Amino acid sequence: MINKICPSVEAAVADIKDGATVMIGGFGEAGSPIELIHALIDQGARDLTVINNNTGNGQVGLAALIGAGRVRKMICSYPRSSQSKVFPELYRRGEIELELVPQGTLAERIRAGGAGVPAFYTPTSVGTPLAEGKEVREIEGRSYVLEYGLKADFALIRAEKADPLGNLTYYKAARNFGPIMAMAAKTTIVQARQVVEASGIDPEVVVTPGIFVNKVVEVADPAIESVLIEQGVSYP
Amino acid sequence: MSNADTKAGLSRPQMAWRAAQDLVDGAFVNLGIGIPEMVADFVPGDRQIIYHTENGILGFGPRPAEGEEDPDLINAGKKPVTLLPGASFFHHADSFAMIRGGHIDYCILGAMQVSASGDLANWSTGAPDAIPAVGGAMDLVAGVPNVFIITDHVTRTGEPKLLETCTYPLTATGVVKRVFTDFGVFDVTASGFVLKEIAPGVTVDMIVEKTGAAVEIPADLKVIEVPDTV
Repeated sequence: MINKICPSVEAAVADIKDGATVMIGGFGEAGSPIELIHALIDQGARDLTVINNNTGNGQVGLAALIGAGRVRKMICSYPRSSQSKVFPELYRRGEIELELVPQGTLAERIRAGGAGVPAFYTPTSVGTPLAEGKEVREIEGRSYVLEYGLKADFALIRAEKADPLGNLTYYKAARNFGPIMAMAAKTTIVQARQVVEASGIDPEVVVTPGIFVNKVVEVADPAIESVLIEQGVSYP
Repeated sequence: MSNADTKAGLSRPQMAWRAAQDLVDGAFVNLGIGIPEMVADFVPGDRQIIYHTENGILGFGPRPAEGEEDPDLINAGKKPVTLLPGASFFHHADSFAMIRGGHIDYCILGAMQVSASGDLANWSTGAPDAIPAVGGAMDLVAGVPNVFIITDHVTRTGEPKLLETCTYPLTATGVVKRVFTDFGVFDVTASGFVLKEIAPGVTVDMIVEKTGAAVEIPADLKVIEVPDTV
């Protein structure tokens, strides 16, 4: 019997090793798997390469992971926000690497990585500093930049419902990077608001089929990043 | 918020109103952060526009009432939104397939600089101490057929933003179709900027003086008629 349910967030992230590449879902706080990130901080893995659209806010979630000095390199599209202080400070001191990727290129690189497509041509960034040093090819009269697929050792994502086979649904705009990161990681770890039995999700509404998911842990009442920041929480 | 009393030309809401008049019924539209977001307030009532936000929603509506916000229902500016009937959610790769695949009809963005050949600079000043951040701007302008810009005609220090050549790092080359400024409406054509409409109280001389590129002035220049309600 396949059963991907883990008893705790600690158990779910236990195998993440130093030097791992970790995709973390979420667009800002929407869809951020904050309990899994906090468990990863407690677990202690370091020298991580993290792929996320942003770099976290305040001193919780992804920002706390970065602030704890566990991240060697960020691959993201928008490492600034009104509430992101941790990454900019480390970056200015030269203590963290940044690979800046246009948002749609980031998404497509992740999708391609999960789909067995090693590289693709895209019109995005042609003629800009972000295309410097990259192969440019003319196809039907227009120039395109070669971009490579992205894979990861682990993905941490937040879903709404999950079943023991790893089938997932999402909640509103929290879906964002979840489905593609689940495809691109060797081990996909999911925190779901509700774990249901195998017949508990209509196959017609499954968004991420369980084939892309390895571990599921129920977090019934996930913390809300902006609420934690308002309360002045600093993790750990 | 009107600044019409203190300087010549359109206020920010009036610029947004003018841009809204050029969106056709049934269009899929992506609005950038800032003044472009105000465009949605001014679309004529007989036109249905479907708004796309690149984090994964089609068909979102205005900001919710206080206390009704949902941290998982936000736009690309990470501000809370609501859903209109017929809305849909999708993941990021699908969202940018809509953008890059030419399915979104218009995007309306802000700009630091626009060149006479339609080059756009709106993501970085290139300052060495700045944290570089690009988001979806490069994907939007590379994929959406009608790229409209709303911007003040000059910078806070009075420097032209419409130029022969951009000096800041580019977002893309040759993509801007139309620019709405406080001074007027400009089309970007094969021969450069063409002034289509001029704002009330603004003169052609002011435009020529405050534009860093040649501007073609048509003989039948129209003055923008802003309704009193904007």
